[in-house]
Amino acid sequence: MFPLKELKRSALIALWFAFLTFPIMVIKVDPIERTVEWRWDNMFFIALGSFVISILSKVYLIRKERRAGRKKGNRSITEPFMQRILREPRFLYPLSLAVLVFALSFPYLFSTYQTNIMTTALMYVVLGLGLNIVVGVAGLLDLGYVAFYAVGAYSYALLNMHFNMGFWAVLPIGGLFAAFLGILLGFPVLRLRGDYLAIVTLGFGEIIRLILENWNDFSQGPSGIANIARPGFFGMDMSFAGGITYIYYLVVGLVIVTIFVVNRLQNSRLGRAWLALREDEIACQAMGIDKTKTKLVAFSLGAFWAGLVGVIFAAKTTFVNPASFTFLESAIILSIVVLGGMGSIVGVIFGALILILMPEYLRALSEYRMLAFGGILVVMMVFRPEGLISNVRRSYQFKKQSSGQASDRS
Amino acid sequence: MDYFIELFFGGLTRGSIYALIALGYTMVYGIIGLINFAHGEIYMIGAFTSFIVATVLSIYGFPVLAIVVIAGLAAAVWSASYGFTIEKLAYRPLRKAPRLAPLISAIGMSIFLQNYVLLAQTSDFLPFPALIPEFAFMEPVAHIVGSSDLVILVTTALVMIGLTFLIKFTKIGKAMRATAQDKTMAVLVGINVDRVISATFIIGSALAAIGGLLIASHIGQINFYIGFIAGIKAFTAAVLGGIGSIPGAVLGSLVLGLTESFATGYVSSDYEDVFAFSLLVLILIFKPSGLLGKAETKKV
Repeated sequence: MFPLKELKRSALIALWFAFLTFPIMVIKVDPIERTVEWRWDNMFFIALGSFVISILSKVYLIRKERRAGRKKGNRSITEPFMQRILREPRFLYPLSLAVLVFALSFPYLFSTYQTNIMTTALMYVVLGLGLNIVVGVAGLLDLGYVAFYAVGAYSYALLNMHFNMGFWAVLPIGGLFAAFLGILLGFPVLRLRGDYLAIVTLGFGEIIRLILENWNDFSQGPSGIANIARPGFFGMDMSFAGGITYIYYLVVGLVIVTIFVVNRLQNSRLGRAWLALREDEIACQAMGIDKTKTKLVAFSLGAFWAGLVGVIFAAKTTFVNPASFTFLESAIILSIVVLGGMGSIVGVIFGALILILMPEYLRALSEYRMLAFGGILVVMMVFRPEGLISNVRRSYQFKKQSSGQASDRS
Repeated sequence: MDYFIELFFGGLTRGSIYALIALGYTMVYGIIGLINFAHGEIYMIGAFTSFIVATVLSIYGFPVLAIVVIAGLAAAVWSASYGFTIEKLAYRPLRKAPRLAPLISAIGMSIFLQNYVLLAQTSDFLPFPALIPEFAFMEPVAHIVGSSDLVILVTTALVMIGLTFLIKFTKIGKAMRATAQDKTMAVLVGINVDRVISATFIIGSALAAIGGLLIASHIGQINFYIGFIAGIKAFTAAVLGGIGSIPGAVLGSLVLGLTESFATGYVSSDYEDVFAFSLLVLILIFKPSGLLGKAETKKV
């Protein structure tokens, strides 16, 4: 079944990777002790691994080709299983009710530690959904998203420290600060083409982090700000565990609000304008959509959510420092959006839960977490650019009278 | 005045290194319109390879000159191989995909390579052996311009001349320019575009590796994270000069290097990176096509 030629090709690929990784994987020098360690076993594993992967990918490609050949006869595109469930209210309502009940009873079913982790994961859900507006829906690649998150966190930390302002007062302020900053940055920058935008936002994110790190009088530098007040609830005194449960419910509430808002937005006039803008800017302008304004709204709205989550983050950890807001954080949020499926709400939720919870439960593999992140981004883009759960767009379907067969949907 | 000249040469040295990396960005962007995010990591791998090879050779007692030559060659060969492989694995399948896809793939590749080196080697700063000797004839000016500055400047100048020659007069250079102008047309006149793109990645990566070797031996230490900042800075330089333009990349790099050097010298060293990024943001806002770049007209 498997041609010999392919085996030979895979062997060559294995040899190539053995060569490629030779200096970095095999040799390890200690410049102070002046000793060299030769790790030949690594070379063996690399060669074996690349051999197996190359064969598997070849098998996958052959299978795919065969399937494509078989499909040529009747070209009816069936909707993915997940998508069908999500579209049918009969399944969707009970399903979301079940998820909601599970989410609400979570702190009673599991320990405080688990609740805490879940809170973090849900915060990333909100961050992912916020970035999804910018990247997934409007198609603006924002690599400095974490800057807005930092703005939210620091606005709570600083306002709490200097003016003793409470959580609930700062929550909208933090969000609005971030949104304002988004407008401020977006106004000059959004004229740029996609990839320039990516770099400018990346630079901006780094600028914010470096300022927080170096401007000691303002932000207390790398040591950060500690002892930030936890959120209160009508002046009630809460135990440590109670506080965690409280924040958990707070975040669940925020997730629900976010899902509601994003969902309503997606089918609104604005949401459709974003989608159109993502697909073709020029056609969009010809249709009379104000390009800059539409982009700006997407940008600042995304920033607003990041600001909100930032405030909650500061309240949850009671400590902020610039190390929490590196480019890596932006990359993680971006991979949540990409992995889940750009533009799809359910996809982003799954993406966040997988990417944040997986490393928590696989502590032993946490070293390899970032390696896997990078790898997943590449593999996803190459094999499944639409993400785990692709967003099936609303499209006009027309049936041919003669055959009665549903024809192409674009 | 001495301080000014010292800063000036420091800026030039810095700028030359940026130029060696920026050329890779600008060449790749000129041909396939992709910001090769992983390019900074190629530079880092070049520095690591030369570090490993140089240390092993010096442990086995090779003479300094042999170490420099072999380490330089090894860095160039392996970096070029990495560049070639990355293009094949992560960018080639995405050539017809929407713009965001290869960019995200490149970011993924960059994170992957960083952590690959981190896991395979170490997260500590490693002391890089001083490969560039102190020349006797530089003695009188040594307090202003070091020998390694001189070596870096001369090497960069030679590489630039070589590259200009390659692009202007050789067959592959001609093919590159044709592909950059119009890919479809290049295919029609019988240019193997895939091979040209591979060649671009190989040349760009080798240049980055030379930059890696020079800067590592100049600064004296490396770690897995050096590629990220250097990559961003070099990209800034490429954009500053007008991305896609080779003289632009060199000019932009020198401007960036001098700006950084003077800003850190006269203002504050804490905000070194902030200056670079602010310069990038300002340039993109006011002159997105860069100093020497052509303004892009979009036809419908």
